[in-house]
Amino acid sequence: MPTIDLAESGLRSLNKQLHDVGEGSNETHWDIINPRGAHAVAVGVNAAIAITIHGSTGYYCAGMNREARIVVQGSVGPGAAENMMSGSVTVMGDASQYAGATGQGGLLVIQGNASSRCGISMKGIDIVVRGNIGHMAAFMGQAGHLVVCGDAGDALGDSVYEAKLFVRGSVKSLGADCIEKPLRAEHLAVLEKLLGQAGITDVKPSEFKRYGSARKLYNFSVDHADAYG
Amino acid sequence: MSYTNPPTVPRKSATFDDYTLSEIRRAATTGIYDIRGGGAKRRLPHFDDLLFLGASMSRYPLEGYRERCDTDVVLGNRFAQKPLHLKIPITIAGMSFGSLSAHAKEALGRGATAAGTSTTTGDGGMSTEERGQSQTLVYQYLPSRYGMNPADLLKADAIEIVVGQGAKPGGGGMLMGQKITDRVAAMRMLPKGIDQRSACRHPDWTGPDDLEIKILELREITDWQTPIYIKVGGARPYYDVALAVKAGADVVVVDGMQGGTAATQEVFIENVGMPTLACIRPAVQALQDLGMHRKVQLIVSGGIRNGADVAKALALGADAVSIGTAALVALGDNDPAYESDYNALGTTAGAYDDWHEGRDPAGITTQDPELMKRLDPVLAGRRLANYLKVMTLEAQTIARACGKSHVHNLEPEDLCALTVEAAAMARVPLAGTNWIPGQNF
Repeated sequence: MPTIDLAESGLRSLNKQLHDVGEGSNETHWDIINPRGAHAVAVGVNAAIAITIHGSTGYYCAGMNREARIVVQGSVGPGAAENMMSGSVTVMGDASQYAGATGQGGLLVIQGNASSRCGISMKGIDIVVRGNIGHMAAFMGQAGHLVVCGDAGDALGDSVYEAKLFVRGSVKSLGADCIEKPLRAEHLAVLEKLLGQAGITDVKPSEFKRYGSARKLYNFSVDHADAYG
Repeated sequence: MSYTNPPTVPRKSATFDDYTLSEIRRAATTGIYDIRGGGAKRRLPHFDDLLFLGASMSRYPLEGYRERCDTDVVLGNRFAQKPLHLKIPITIAGMSFGSLSAHAKEALGRGATAAGTSTTTGDGGMSTEERGQSQTLVYQYLPSRYGMNPADLLKADAIEIVVGQGAKPGGGGMLMGQKITDRVAAMRMLPKGIDQRSACRHPDWTGPDDLEIKILELREITDWQTPIYIKVGGARPYYDVALAVKAGADVVVVDGMQGGTAATQEVFIENVGMPTLACIRPAVQALQDLGMHRKVQLIVSGGIRNGADVAKALALGADAVSIGTAALVALGDNDPAYESDYNALGTTAGAYDDWHEGRDPAGITTQDPELMKRLDPVLAGRRLANYLKVMTLEAQTIARACGKSHVHNLEPEDLCALTVEAAAMARVPLAGTNWIPGQNF
């Protein structure tokens, strides 16, 4: 179980070692200590390994992750797990803006709160936020699920495509073309599964409301011009 | 003697000309702004307004065909461990699969590879045809991140972070529903048939300080192997280039307003941005002021048509140029052979710009399977290779006449301007004078 002290080894050495993990490697558990807010920690990993980061990180932690299961024992800066393809990223603290941006797959769990633009342009990623999220969450979200156990800020789901949004608390306002939709059995099943994967057991799927696209902006119509700004 | 009141000849307004009147009628009828492809069509100061002086008593020319005049260029050797080394300083600009057919993308790859240069993906990801046929492929990293994935990023020979483009600095993109076929929809993870909007800002960074960190992430993911370009639309080239250098670019691409787009509002194309000619010297000045000229390479695009344009851009300080519209024309776009088809669409060969509608008679800007068949990617690739070679020969011819053993040795002192505007923009003397407007009074 390798332990990398980022204060001593440096970012380049860390990411190089993670990129060099070969298929079938016995080094399946990695610990990273002293991240001290460093940017681009554990980015571009493409291996089914477990990585625990002991501390808080800066921008783009776990960016473009493939297959790895990454846990941050702290908070993360902007763009955590951006463009994740698969695997999982769990943030035990809070996440700054753009968490899970453009993610195409995998699971991002934020046990604290997430700032603005969480899930912006999401393309298939599943995001579960234990706390609250800021404004413009899931802006232009194309696919995937955003589950918010707390409250959502302004302009939730602005210009959303087919991403499915679930909020348990209040929504300050909905963005352009985003509406509340019925919570059907299949959505309850999705919520149960995602909450279970996130390890959240004290919240019931039935307590959520579902939001998604009204699909009025899918093809341009002058009668909807106001919604385009 | 009686007098009749002689009528005047009917006179149309220069302000309300026929095109303007037709646009007012079109807007009043449809309620939507006009969308089209291509770049600015209005007359602008351009490379035609510059002339080379050639060698005479004070310069010694090189013999055509016998004495060497090299054309190669290295791109991206500031930080990247694997910079590109191209045979010619003319690259193919980013154009998306989606806006272009798969055959067209394949043809661009074939032509570029045969000529020893690079081609570039676009909004929508990397197609197998394009990667398969492109020896050197630049992967665009765009605000939408459609089709963006790390596997393709690692297959790229260079990464181009698109901040903007000349046809629409500050604008996003769109791909109309007619062109969102099953394959395009799958690559972009969008429903079929919808109008696809691309954001104008990147989703996970804001400003040059953030971009510096984004570039760090991309370099870490690619293990510092791959050159990173930053592409900007021609708006404030001095400051944009300086900030791109500060953010850590290996290469900066500056695209003037003649640079094309797949689809944007006509009002945007014609009224936002600066002519290519006006962008080059401020961009070069920024690099020189930072001590980075020839260390961070400058690629200029927007209205490059022939070897003279190439030579003039290089003489003004660019390291390479990029072509988009001209490359499509070389493939067969707007070919008079399809005149009857263009007429049926209400236009004529040479004026067709409704690339967003997907009904391109030449089979290039379409996803219609029947129209796509009209473009033979092997033949079209050959045509592009021929065109690139002609442009290179033309640039060499001019460079030799100026006494240069490499096209990069061309310099502003080899040029004069035909107009005051061009002299001011290119910062070269008005022909027959030593006057550079704005430089010396």
